[in-house]
Amino acid sequence: MAVSLPENVFTAKLDALANWVRTNSLWPMPFATACCGIELMATGASRHDLARFGAEVMRFSPRQCDLMIVAGRVVMKMLPVLQRIWQQMPEPKWCISMGACASTGGVFDTYAVVQGVDRFIPVDMYVPGCPPRPEQLIQAVIDLQEKIRQTGKFFSDEFDKRTQYTGPSQSLPRPLDAVVAPGDYTTATRQWEGTGKVQFGERGVRTSLEIHPARK
Amino acid sequence: MTAQEAINKLKEVSGNGSISTSEFRDNTRVHVSKDILMKVLTCLKNDCGFDFLVDITAIDYMGYPTATTDRFAVVYCLLNTSEGSRIVVKTMVNDPDPVLPSSYSLWKGADWPEREVYDMYGIRFEGHPDLRRILMPQEFTSYPLRKDYPLRGMGERHNFPVLTRAEG
Ligand code: SF4
Repeated sequence: MAVSLPENVFTAKLDALANWVRTNSLWPMPFATACCGIELMATGASRHDLARFGAEVMRFSPRQCDLMIVAGRVVMKMLPVLQRIWQQMPEPKWCISMGACASTGGVFDTYAVVQGVDRFIPVDMYVPGCPPRPEQLIQAVIDLQEKIRQTGKFFSDEFDKRTQYTGPSQSLPRPLDAVVAPGDYTTATRQWEGTGKVQFGERGVRTSLEIHPARK
Repeated sequence: MTAQEAINKLKEVSGNGSISTSEFRDNTRVHVSKDILMKVLTCLKNDCGFDFLVDITAIDYMGYPTATTDRFAVVYCLLNTSEGSRIVVKTMVNDPDPVLPSSYSLWKGADWPEREVYDMYGIRFEGHPDLRRILMPQEFTSYPLRKDYPLRGMGERHNFPVLTRAEG
């Protein structure tokens, strides 16, 4: 059965069309906290010119972006902020973890640095290096475009199925009685004095503690 | 006033035996006990021209080979801005309740350094207007620069809610 179409009309699957559009207009949210952020800036600048991939419109408002680039080490004071920004970004959205620090904590195996953002938010692409060169970030963007092209759905329902945490093992050795109150990613504030989560006695000495339900 | 003149003056003011001095790479240090600390700082500021508080920091001597019975040292670095001379004042405090008088009344610039020392070492400054943590999150329960605090923390960096894809 031949369908007669005018010669400037094509048919396509809705998914393919959506993917085509999303692939070529990634708008990054630069979450640049350290030296990797400088490489991220270089990637956006004229020599490397991320604009060639439709991904140069750095949005500093999470409401308008669909790609979070975590560039640099993230400390525990910053993680609730990161999670809040991630929550504020509209669907569908993706995340590139740029550099050793964002992916694993890098050389900063210390009390304050989160050992990989993928423990707490979903990450699509990891860029190795310290810092990665702009070419590597561009490669990650190209690979992410390929991923979107292959897996994207018009209604983004491919994300609905991913309810499981996919990062590294959570069975990390940690003494629970020493754990502090978690950040609240919906407000990017922390639950402390007065909220009933952690009580402080005189001079900031903790007197009671409640572990976050997700951690029990 | 040079550091040496200032020290002579201090000895005059606070009695000869109550302070001792040492030198390291042309820096003069004054060791004072904590009960005459404010007297010494006031004299250095008002009479000796050390008008600029460069920094306040602390040292944890836990496990240090030549450590005395006192665990912490608090160090005040002062500068005389008209002459360029410098002096370091060092005083010791000890567990379990390390507390010093705040030098905020002398230098407004003591505000943040004292908060930092409190945040990192748990040394309190009595009379500080707003002694809150400054670097670590408010609900942090330890003092990370103490030598008995583990480098990798005690689980603080792992304790956050996990967001999965479906929670977008
Ligand atoms: S991976 Fe290297 S360059 Fe990137 S933030 Fe960490 S230390 Fe800096």
